[in-house]
Amino acid sequence: MSALIEVAGLGKTFTLHNQGSTVIEVLRDAALTVHPGECVALTGPSGAGKSTLMRVLYGNYLASAGRVVVAGTDIARAQPQEITALRRHKLGYVSQFLRVVPRVPTLEVVAEPLLALGVAEAAAQDTARALLDRLRIPQTLWSLSPTTFSGGEQQRVNIARGFAHPYPVLLLDEPTASLDAANRDTVLCLVEEAKARGAAIVGIFHDAAARRRVADRNLDVSRFIPQPA
Amino acid sequence: MTPLLEVQGLTKRYGPRIGCADISFALFPGEVMGVVGESGSGKSTLLACLAGHLAPDNGAVIFATRADGPRDTQKMSEAERRLLSRTDWAFVHQNPRDGLRMRVSAGGNVGERLMAVGARHYGEIREAALDWLARVEIAQDRIDDRPAAFSGGMQQRLQIARNLVSAPRLVFMDEPTGGLDVSVQARLLDLLRGLVRRLGLSAILVTHDLAVIRLLADRVMVMKEGRVVETGLTDQVLDDPQHAYTQLLVSSVLQA
Repeated sequence: MSALIEVAGLGKTFTLHNQGSTVIEVLRDAALTVHPGECVALTGPSGAGKSTLMRVLYGNYLASAGRVVVAGTDIARAQPQEITALRRHKLGYVSQFLRVVPRVPTLEVVAEPLLALGVAEAAAQDTARALLDRLRIPQTLWSLSPTTFSGGEQQRVNIARGFAHPYPVLLLDEPTASLDAANRDTVLCLVEEAKARGAAIVGIFHDAAARRRVADRNLDVSRFIPQPA
Repeated sequence: MTPLLEVQGLTKRYGPRIGCADISFALFPGEVMGVVGESGSGKSTLLACLAGHLAPDNGAVIFATRADGPRDTQKMSEAERRLLSRTDWAFVHQNPRDGLRMRVSAGGNVGERLMAVGARHYGEIREAALDWLARVEIAQDRIDDRPAAFSGGMQQRLQIARNLVSAPRLVFMDEPTGGLDVSVQARLLDLLRGLVRRLGLSAILVTHDLAVIRLLADRVMVMKEGRVVETGLTDQVLDDPQHAYTQLLVSSVLQA
């Protein structure tokens, strides 16, 4: 089966124009291949470039060099419209922090990716309810904005939102970080189910046991840290 | 896909000074494009040129008309352009007083747009006005009140209703959340997002507020001294800005 993520020769450099034009090279010649049904964990110490690599995969950071093909689209060269379409249909991302329009109810926050795909409102809300229920967000909170929720609750809302649509490619940034044992298990089950339906997953998991449970391979990102010549 | 709007080499000078220079971009159906930059960067001049409020000195503004496909609005007659601005375009001003008729009732403000595109049946016009007041969360018993009796946030929502009732395809917005309290802003942003998604609207949104851009715009264009210095996917431009000026803009935002 052909890979859903194929990264080759990826370089990422930041140029800080307003801080003495400092150039920071974070990744050099990075490579990664993920097949359907496979979960690859990015590992390495803080600052190794795990989050940077993940953000490049999402099109949130601009690749400085190389190819970043996600579900058939080379993100390093794609037009913004192509990346928007890719994210809507094929590329899901569960970030560490929830970012929402203030005052929008939780149920709508979770249903939104489905509505954006044209799913009928009732069906989208059914899916959202099932996920919120599964992630143990009390029903009394569904009509409230998640902006006032606890860290763990916000994270679960974010996960529900990220799993509402069966994206072929999923990026997970610390999905179990601030969860209790039961919720952690639910999230790992969701990841396993996504793998079983053939999703390609890239994750950052500081929780070593979680990583061992869902990841098929580890990729130590520090090998892509540029070495001084 | 054919762009809804295609801008080529648009330039507007004020005497020896540049309003905006050599602007080119394409906007596709269903897309929201943000234009950011500080005061005097040319973003409002650009918007006024696109909407036909100002005549550019050079360049083309090609709009995909329903009847005849892509046409350069600069080559249309004034009457044709005016018709477009009533049927296919909408313009949401920063100050609702510029977009509303303050001496006409709320219902009249909404109904007038419909009459301008040929609606004549009083009952249907009032029905549509009531429906739109509800959509922008204005109590229906306020339909006969004049906007002067409304709060700033209500006036802005009424302006949006007046603009969207005639089902435009392209909405120009100039600082739509400008002079509003943050709590009112949030509600308006949510409203605009919902409308853009449900109606499949395309929009060009001018603002200096990066948070508004992040929440509403798919793509962003950064302007400085009349020129575009950077353009791209909204979150990419805000999180990984490439140009010195964008880096300065992004790093200057105060964290609440």
